Amino acid sequence: MSPPPSACATNRGNSMGLAKRIIPCLDVENGRVVKGVNFVDIRDAGDPVEIAMRYNEQGADEITFLDITASHEDRDTTVHTVEQIAEHVFIPLTVGGGIRSVADIRTMLNAGADKVSINTAAIREPELVRRAAQRFGSQCIVVAIDAKRVADVDGVPRWEIFTHGGRRPTGIDAVAWAVTMAELGAGEILLTSMDRDGTKNGFELGVTRAITDAVDIPVIASGGVGTLQHLVEGITLGGADAVLAASIFHFGEFTVPQAKAYMAEHGIEVRL
Amino acid sequence: MSGVVAVIDYGMGNLHSVASALRQVGADEVVVTHDADRLARADRVVFPGVGAIGDCMTEIRRLRCDRLLLDALHTRHKPVLAICVGLQALMSHSQESGGVPCLDILPGEVRHFGTALRDAAGRRLKVPHMGWNEVRQERAHPLWRGIPDMTRFYFVHSYYVDAIERELLAGSVRYGVDFDAALARGNLFAVQFHPEKSHTAGLQLLRNFLEWNGRC
Repeated sequence: MSPPPSACATNRGNSMGLAKRIIPCLDVENGRVVKGVNFVDIRDAGDPVEIAMRYNEQGADEITFLDITASHEDRDTTVHTVEQIAEHVFIPLTVGGGIRSVADIRTMLNAGADKVSINTAAIREPELVRRAAQRFGSQCIVVAIDAKRVADVDGVPRWEIFTHGGRRPTGIDAVAWAVTMAELGAGEILLTSMDRDGTKNGFELGVTRAITDAVDIPVIASGGVGTLQHLVEGITLGGADAVLAASIFHFGEFTVPQAKAYMAEHGIEVRL
Repeated sequence: MSGVVAVIDYGMGNLHSVASALRQVGADEVVVTHDADRLARADRVVFPGVGAIGDCMTEIRRLRCDRLLLDALHTRHKPVLAICVGLQALMSHSQESGGVPCLDILPGEVRHFGTALRDAAGRRLKVPHMGWNEVRQERAHPLWRGIPDMTRFYFVHSYYVDAIERELLAGSVRYGVDFDAALARGNLFAVQFHPEKSHTAGLQLLRNFLEWNGRC
């Protein structure tokens, strides 16, 4: 296990090194942000472009756009939305949801995504990750892992990958899967705890720490953020390189600058 | 007046982000092209790049973009900005994919960060180097105008540039090693980070590029 980050560790002079990232996530269905957004001064709370621009202005480090449109005939809407966001937002944009093939990845990158997130398709066809990394570079291939705690094995905690919104088990060990995905060429892991997603009880720190220790690529922690202290814990205890949250930002409970100020107070390097 | 900005398109990845960022900061006209005439007529040239450098070099040579780039660099005071793999392609050689000969416009090597990268405190560092890191401005340059020293820019790369001619160094970053984040020579400015993804600091650098007269 790597030693915990220390508030006073500096690289040189006033340099603090690579910042931990805060990533607001937009869940989008048929071109509209769902789960609601409640900014006081926003005209159209469902418009992903306007919301992405707002987070860009607030100083978010990246934006993740998760397409949860059930029917895939409507992908043109998604592509159009991604194009519009990319035209107005000058921070990295990750697009996930329904990415099944190298052609899908190409479409999203051409639309202006900087990275694509692959979830179910990687489970069905792990070689897709290798082909995509070879074709487009590891830097734009994120593998999303939805993990759920299962029965301990010999007293050791174990997490498995679940699909279909956490309903369908796959029997795949989440930590081993993260290692396999990194070996195949994934550039980053987006780890969501299905036990915590939507609970506001904080990240599942056990699986976060297990995966961040097991792989050399960056890990984004997701699922369960309810307070700013949860963001801090994802990094200091979970070892994550970035933290993703939706509702605490959408509903105006906290702004991105408030989250960054809180993290900085707790010794975390952030881009202010 | 920025005049026409040509973004060299050799078919590798999305160039819309660079083009829309240039428009955002007031470029009069942005063309994304590998057409020799259009590049020759452009007032400024951007040489971008993403993905695997082996594939990039193959396409750069196949579409004769190396020749077009050299023409631009040899046009007196025509500003040229290279970004990310665009910078790496300028070097002599890259360690990526078992070794790739590059354009050798700037002597030096492109090296992998390695698998056991650690910071000064002994903490393990992840590769790719992904996210916002502080760029130390090694010398004054028109492209740094209005950007404070140690401002954070967005990086995403597993290989870094190590130029032989240290007087070219315009910006550096420490990530386990000290690497070259910006090199400058005459009308060329080349950066490892992505100004088009670096929010206000990146847009300021692009604005500076549009106002640059190609001298330093």
